[in-house]
Amino acid sequence: MQEIAIEEKASKAPLVISSKPETEPIMDVKVSTKNVNAFFGKTQALHGISLDVARNTVVAIIGPSGCGKSTFLRCLNRMHEVAGGTRSGTIMVDGEDIDHYDPVVLRRRVGMVFQKPNPFPTMSIFDNVAAGLRLNGMVKKNTVAETVERSLRQAALFDEVKDILDRSGVSLSGGQQQRLCIARALAVDPEVILMDEPASALDPIATAKIEELIQELKKNYTIVIVTHNMQQAARVSDETAFFYLGELIEFGNTDRLFTSPQKKQTEDYITGRFG
Amino acid sequence: MTVLCLLSVLVAVIPLFLIFSYALSQGIGALNLDFFIRMPKPVGESGGGMANALVGTAILIGLGSLFGLPISIFTGIYLAEYGENPFAKTVRFLTDVLSGIPSIVVGVVAYIMVVMPMKQFSAFAGGVALGILMIPTATRTTEEMIRLVPHSFREAALALGIPRWRVTLRIILPTALKGITTGILLAIARAAGETAPLLFTALGNRFWSTDIGHPIASLTVFIYDYAKAPFEDWNRQAWAAAFVLIFFIFIVNLIFRFVTRGRYAGNSH
Repeated sequence: MQEIAIEEKASKAPLVISSKPETEPIMDVKVSTKNVNAFFGKTQALHGISLDVARNTVVAIIGPSGCGKSTFLRCLNRMHEVAGGTRSGTIMVDGEDIDHYDPVVLRRRVGMVFQKPNPFPTMSIFDNVAAGLRLNGMVKKNTVAETVERSLRQAALFDEVKDILDRSGVSLSGGQQQRLCIARALAVDPEVILMDEPASALDPIATAKIEELIQELKKNYTIVIVTHNMQQAARVSDETAFFYLGELIEFGNTDRLFTSPQKKQTEDYITGRFG
Repeated sequence: MTVLCLLSVLVAVIPLFLIFSYALSQGIGALNLDFFIRMPKPVGESGGGMANALVGTAILIGLGSLFGLPISIFTGIYLAEYGENPFAKTVRFLTDVLSGIPSIVVGVVAYIMVVMPMKQFSAFAGGVALGILMIPTATRTTEEMIRLVPHSFREAALALGIPRWRVTLRIILPTALKGITTGILLAIARAAGETAPLLFTALGNRFWSTDIGHPIASLTVFIYDYAKAPFEDWNRQAWAAAFVLIFFIFIVNLIFRFVTRGRYAGNSH
């Protein structure tokens, strides 16, 4: 039922037109990866991925399950290490190698939103958003309160929760919880936001809100989003990367990739022949 | 099959019920306010109470918790967070072995380690013995409860750029707190019912004492002494003490139920 609703909406909605022409000569690169390989034990999950993400754009990563798109996303803020993965190749944020950072510092610059909304269950709505600040040593009450309000507003959640800030974060609906998680990620003031299928656990209305939000956030942040849903990729992203079996098959302007894919595998995937 | 199960349930439940009701019926005569607020009377005088034993047991449990729980909680955190190396596996194995060691042996160990060097039976030694007995239950429950915290919370916290030790202390531990509390309550309930290790350590005391450097009275040793005494009113008081002890453990278990109710209720997906 939900699937159908999304597809109907997608067919009527015009595709997002990228503001950047594809042939722009000098791209303002925010995140750059070169020849990235990732391993879990002896299994190689990524094979030589190289792609550049421009500042203040949304890059969508699509591909069938197990193609390495989540792994790639996690490499960008070294969250793959938490699951015991290893990586080779270079990843740069603003031209600086992320391996030169303490992962803790890197993750404040490159935030993350997960597939399932995961607000901290022991904390109130306010405390959830404040968590990243407080646990990094910010204790000034005014600053924390201001940041919480700003983050909730940015996540388009403030009006819904402004009177219930002391209620448990898990008392909210799924869609609200996910926006709470986005607010929580925004509160530590990252530059890049990674989203791992942020709407896959949500209903169509909540999904539409998240997509709207992504368009809004793009003005201030650079966003990389993994999604299963090709219509979603087409709606929200400027550029799209198609991953298959741990390799980057095709990467380019979203409209172009969906209307005239250059690789046979990409075409097969977006026309639903496999995946 | 169902009948067999029901029979087994009955067989399992009946002794508990019998013990509870028998202790009550035998001890009810001695169970009055004096029993809780008076001191034991000298042999031959009737009446009196066991105020010193109640306080003694409380002090012993307190000391045991002081020694045993911090060690247990930190060990539990270590095992859950960093528990895949050979050292941690050895610790986990030894903790399991420790839970199988008879409590009287722990009493002897505390006797050798604390009583002999101090040349004195003491509440302190009793606390050490009870603390050691609490360690296996409390450690393993802490570990299990921390492991039960969904991985997504850890990831979410790490992705916010929070250092790992803070994630453990401020996000994971509070989330697991209810479960850990229940483990601690069970450990306390177990320690409260121990007699054998106290015979070698806290010894028992017929007089009022809250000095942890001296022998101290406890409910279980009180029961042990009074139950084998040839005086009928002492026997009755032993039953009353047994009832009080069972009732205490019953209450602890009720609290346990209450605390565990609705654990993770908010975040079940």
